[in-house]
Amino acid sequence: MPNLHINIGDLHLQNPVMTASGTFGYGLEFADFVDLARLGGIIVKGTTLEPRQGNPYPRMAETAQGMLNCVGLQNKGVDYFCKHIYPEVRKLGTEVIVNVSGSSPETYAACAERIAELDDIHAIELNISCPNVREGGMAFGVTCSGAASVVQAVRRVYPKTLIVKLSPNVTDITEIARAVEAEGANAVSLINTLMGMAIDAERQRPVLSIKTGGLSGPAVKPVALRMVWQVYDAVRIPIVGLGGIMNATDAVEFMLAGASAIEIGTANFIDPAVTIKVIDGIFDYLTRHNLSDVTQLIGLAHKA
Amino acid sequence: MKKYILDMVVKSIEHYANGYALLKMGMASPSEALPTVAPGQFVQIRIDETPEVMLRRPVSINFVDYDAGELWLLVHGIGAGTKWIISRKPQNTLNVILPLGNGFTMPAPTHQSTSSDGTEHPMLLVGGGVGIAPLLYLAKALQEQGHKVYALLGARSANDILQRELFERYATVCITTEDGSLGQKGLVTQHTIWDEQLFAEVFTCGPKPMMRAVAQLAQTKQLACQASLENMMACGLGACLCCVQDTTQGHLCVCQDGPVFDTQLIKW
Repeated sequence: MPNLHINIGDLHLQNPVMTASGTFGYGLEFADFVDLARLGGIIVKGTTLEPRQGNPYPRMAETAQGMLNCVGLQNKGVDYFCKHIYPEVRKLGTEVIVNVSGSSPETYAACAERIAELDDIHAIELNISCPNVREGGMAFGVTCSGAASVVQAVRRVYPKTLIVKLSPNVTDITEIARAVEAEGANAVSLINTLMGMAIDAERQRPVLSIKTGGLSGPAVKPVALRMVWQVYDAVRIPIVGLGGIMNATDAVEFMLAGASAIEIGTANFIDPAVTIKVIDGIFDYLTRHNLSDVTQLIGLAHKA
Repeated sequence: MKKYILDMVVKSIEHYANGYALLKMGMASPSEALPTVAPGQFVQIRIDETPEVMLRRPVSINFVDYDAGELWLLVHGIGAGTKWIISRKPQNTLNVILPLGNGFTMPAPTHQSTSSDGTEHPMLLVGGGVGIAPLLYLAKALQEQGHKVYALLGARSANDILQRELFERYATVCITTEDGSLGQKGLVTQHTIWDEQLFAEVFTCGPKPMMRAVAQLAQTKQLACQASLENMMACGLGACLCCVQDTTQGHLCVCQDGPVFDTQLIKW
């Protein structure tokens, strides 16, 4: 029986498969299709200090093997999460990780401080890479000093496991990864969406309400895989890999490139039960390759 | 209402003019019963074998015949995804998630909803193009509850008026076409039935500008109005927040909070 357990800082995952923020709601939306207690973790929707309406419709455009979105962090705010969502999700039997966003280092920290009070939330994922908000979001994630300033502010008030989600919309993602590691991040997750756009040829105008959006899905996988590979060589902290993972083979590839755990995002829209198939598929892969522990996969392709 | 991911079988497919098709779907095993669905709910169909399409396509439930074990989907093949759906053949399987969303809010059965003079005014269903799809099952449900039903079907041309005979089983049918090739010439809101008949409530589905005009007309006549929206969606489960409609209650998900809304909530 291969072991699937993975540790990310002090976060203990029963397997490396988590769901990506914004693609799985609070997990409850998928309860009819997925035994949520079997997941490694659920990274819930991006949460901010104040409620946010998000961007106007249209927020989505399908592209070749991918999709663009510009949801813009619509959420009911951290107070609502603590009062109404947390009591529901704390009993799911899996790790629930809150994706935290903000518009300044102070608002990131204030939101993280609230989440830190919740006993059953053992980690946050700091979103310094949302391409769809004017203030904050990706603005912090594309420079080393911006990324460092947010991580520093949050690290001061957040003692538990801090995962920082990186933007691929940079010249050298390894520099950003090193900067957040230096400020005490326990892990990095990558990649967030790639900035793109879609134009309606017949109507001769951009499809999305704010013109640009974030690209996700199988189309971005090779880019994500390359960045995980590069960051693995650049930092010592664990990497959570994501970007276009559709099946167990994709997940294994990210671990071979250097990821300790993975997140499944867009694939949840196509097959809401895909997460369980990926967990079972990783197990089968380990069995087939006579590997006793999933940690043996991490970065293995670097030794080839 | 519990949701299912099912491999359903295409029992038959009937092609209409102008790229419309009616798929009658059944359970993979004839001994299995269809899940219970309400008028106005929808399914998400997985599109396979098409490199350019990745996401599922939302399709309204047109009709359900539990005795025959059939769930009907009326689809207009316009993009790569919908064209793939209507190119299915009998015995092909389609992977569907259902039932999704909230259906129409049913008015009280007829004996409770009579007006002050003791007579009940009929329900008016207004459909545009393929938007008539969810209204057929609604017409049947309303009739079964003892309501008199009018179905006002509008389209560009006679070829785009779908399922007229089926609607006639449950409703008095009125028709408008923009080119005048069938029924009254003009838009659904211009049909004389609006002035000839008093109604109890309006239910509409079709292009957004049409539904907006219907909602405005209903409001001037002080009629409650429900509209079934079809915003572009990804997950269909309330997770991605892509299909939001701006309303007096903020951004609501068409997939989960709708697709049917009281039109007074909608900020068109």
